[in-house]
Amino acid sequence: MTERIDVKKTYKLFINGKFVRSESGYSYEILDAKSNFVANVSLASRKDARDAVSAARAASKAWNGLTAYNRGQILYRIGEVLESRRAQLVSELVQVDGLTEKRAHRVIDLAVDRLVWYAGWADKLAAIVGSNNPVAGPFFNFSVPEPSGVVSVIAPSRDSLLGLISTIAPVIVTGNTAVVVTSYALPITAITFAEILATSDVPAGVVNLLTGDYAAIGPWLAEHQDVDAIDLTGAENPEKAAELEALAAVNIKRVLRPKTEDWESNPGVERMRYWLETKTVWHPIGF
Amino acid sequence: MTNFEYAPALESTSVVNLREHYGLFIDGKFVSPISEEFAPTLNPATGDVLTQYAVGNEADVDAAVRAAQRAFPRWSKLPGSERAKYLYRIARILQERAREFAVLETLDNGKPIKETRDFDLPQVAQHFFYHAGWADKLEYAGYGNNPQPHGVAGQVIPWNFPMLMLAWKIAPALAAGNTVVLKPAETTPLTALLFAEVCQQADLPKGVVNIVTGAGATGASVVTHPGVNKVAFTGSTAVGQKIARSIAGTKKQLTLELGGKGANIVFDDAAIDQAVDGIVNGIFFNQGHVCCAGSRLLVQESVADEVLQKLQNRISLLRVGNPLDKNTDVGAINSAAQLARIQELANSGDLEGAERWSSPCELPTTGFWFPPTIFTNVSASHRIAREEIFGPVLSVLTFRTPAEAIEKANNTPYGLSAGIWSEKGSKVMAVANALEAGVVWINTFNKFDPTSPFGGYKESGYGREGGIAGLASYLKAAN
Repeated sequence: MTERIDVKKTYKLFINGKFVRSESGYSYEILDAKSNFVANVSLASRKDARDAVSAARAASKAWNGLTAYNRGQILYRIGEVLESRRAQLVSELVQVDGLTEKRAHRVIDLAVDRLVWYAGWADKLAAIVGSNNPVAGPFFNFSVPEPSGVVSVIAPSRDSLLGLISTIAPVIVTGNTAVVVTSYALPITAITFAEILATSDVPAGVVNLLTGDYAAIGPWLAEHQDVDAIDLTGAENPEKAAELEALAAVNIKRVLRPKTEDWESNPGVERMRYWLETKTVWHPIGF
Repeated sequence: MTNFEYAPALESTSVVNLREHYGLFIDGKFVSPISEEFAPTLNPATGDVLTQYAVGNEADVDAAVRAAQRAFPRWSKLPGSERAKYLYRIARILQERAREFAVLETLDNGKPIKETRDFDLPQVAQHFFYHAGWADKLEYAGYGNNPQPHGVAGQVIPWNFPMLMLAWKIAPALAAGNTVVLKPAETTPLTALLFAEVCQQADLPKGVVNIVTGAGATGASVVTHPGVNKVAFTGSTAVGQKIARSIAGTKKQLTLELGGKGANIVFDDAAIDQAVDGIVNGIFFNQGHVCCAGSRLLVQESVADEVLQKLQNRISLLRVGNPLDKNTDVGAINSAAQLARIQELANSGDLEGAERWSSPCELPTTGFWFPPTIFTNVSASHRIAREEIFGPVLSVLTFRTPAEAIEKANNTPYGLSAGIWSEKGSKVMAVANALEAGVVWINTFNKFDPTSPFGGYKESGYGREGGIAGLASYLKAAN
């Protein structure tokens, strides 16, 4: 009897809700923790990044237009589907990321709980960060948070899954859309996460995932006029991070500088606040 | 000739499986009542007996409170993220079984399926979903980094929104880490008992939620039980006063959501057609069995005739009848007792000189029914302008100036809700500021959301439900 030959998955980019190869035709080799070949992963190009920004911009209005309750349910749904993909993700985290099985399970626990935690913020954050302002005059004056728009995320290079989710969730729960450059060395779980997004009622374009090198694509995103903010968390080379931050000044992008993060601890509301504008409304009171 | 009559469009009741008897839900299972007493619950649209439910006595309540006390240490010490998961499960199961709940609610309560299906049950699921999200974020509720639950919450709810009031009570209580003994209303116990099954499906730890059915005496036992740390009541102001007296001198925390006599104020610069729709919604939604109903229409004199004419036309088109029909707008009055109260108050309106107009609709011959009704020539001293009717009866008063409207709107011991209809922004804001009401709707009415605090000023109660203010009612600062 001959041994069955299994079918390998093609790893592609995730842009506008579709899995596409890089328009450049380039790919790069991913080896597992024991240096065995795993896959040729698409190497995202400048054009791919620009397509992703277009998709994120196009998705922005409808995504922010959903009720906060609805957005919360969709984030919760991502958590539900992630939990159902546990076995696959554990095996990827063990094989590619080199985690122990126990540690891999712990990462999934944290990732699901993180998504559920952020899901709950969708319809609560405005009550925490918004305000009614008692101005000294006959005016009803209130401040509400609104999303910045399209946020580019340089995802952490290690913690390929938990770091990815912990950077994406605060961007989208607040009504922003995301263009994400995933970990260069550990992109496999990111693509599985894209498959989870694709089956969790997340509208096309809300999250776009580019596998590749942030040093190469990052500048295009940092200087892109239609990107409103950039998360440099995964830009671990300080010189590169400084270069990206300087480029981001072109349209006054909001910049989150890289810092060491403990992805296991309670994230607090800080990351969500980064991706929010404050709108203050004045209205007269009187007959 | 074109026939505009509607064909009947009855919702099937096959999704509901009623048992012959219902026990009490204590410590995670259904048990026979120690009282050995049962009572019938009726379908108010027909007067038929649906099933028998247990009437819990003091010993039954004691068993429930003890179960809640036993469950409290573990439940309150669970990480919030784990309590959240139970509440999310409950929210999801309620979404999955929404139609079953909607049909059962309509059968037991008499309200139209359109409302249970499109309003009550979606709101119920949303309440659990919203409060699930709070369970692991309690440090943001305003009581510092380590807020604490009260302990056992004794909750007594009314019959007008049986499942929604259950959700308003149970969801925040559990999110904050309290355990619960809930007493549903005696005319609408069934969806609460079905909710007990949801708790079982969600594997909620036993004793965290206990449901003790019964009437006023059962509720009094819940409220006065020494093991209850927090009392939450929704119902009449008269019973609220009794409860406030009965817990005086104890350490029990209390929130009350009581009656109302909401003013719906229509200015001459309102969008009249929208206002008319809002007036209809304000008083005839849920047969007027709504504590925050806009039961007093205050309309500016210059547009009073126009508003009344349009209002009568609109009300004549309301479809009153079988609540299971998907086209029904106004269903049955919940009970014979409530019908008698509505009739008595309406008769007082006639006697005191107000002018009655009722929709010319045909009413079913069995069950409890009252046609949508308007009283004009109402003066502020009339009983129908002062007392809560809790039925489909609107009292109309007029005013000339905004100051007079505000004066009349606030001329009530109640302070739950109010509505303002005007296209002039600065004016509506000024009127909203001047109204003594816990909820003010501008160019809308009867809007509810778990993120939005609800509750009354003055004799309409204290404490809020919904939003951070509602969550705070179930928390205290760490010692």
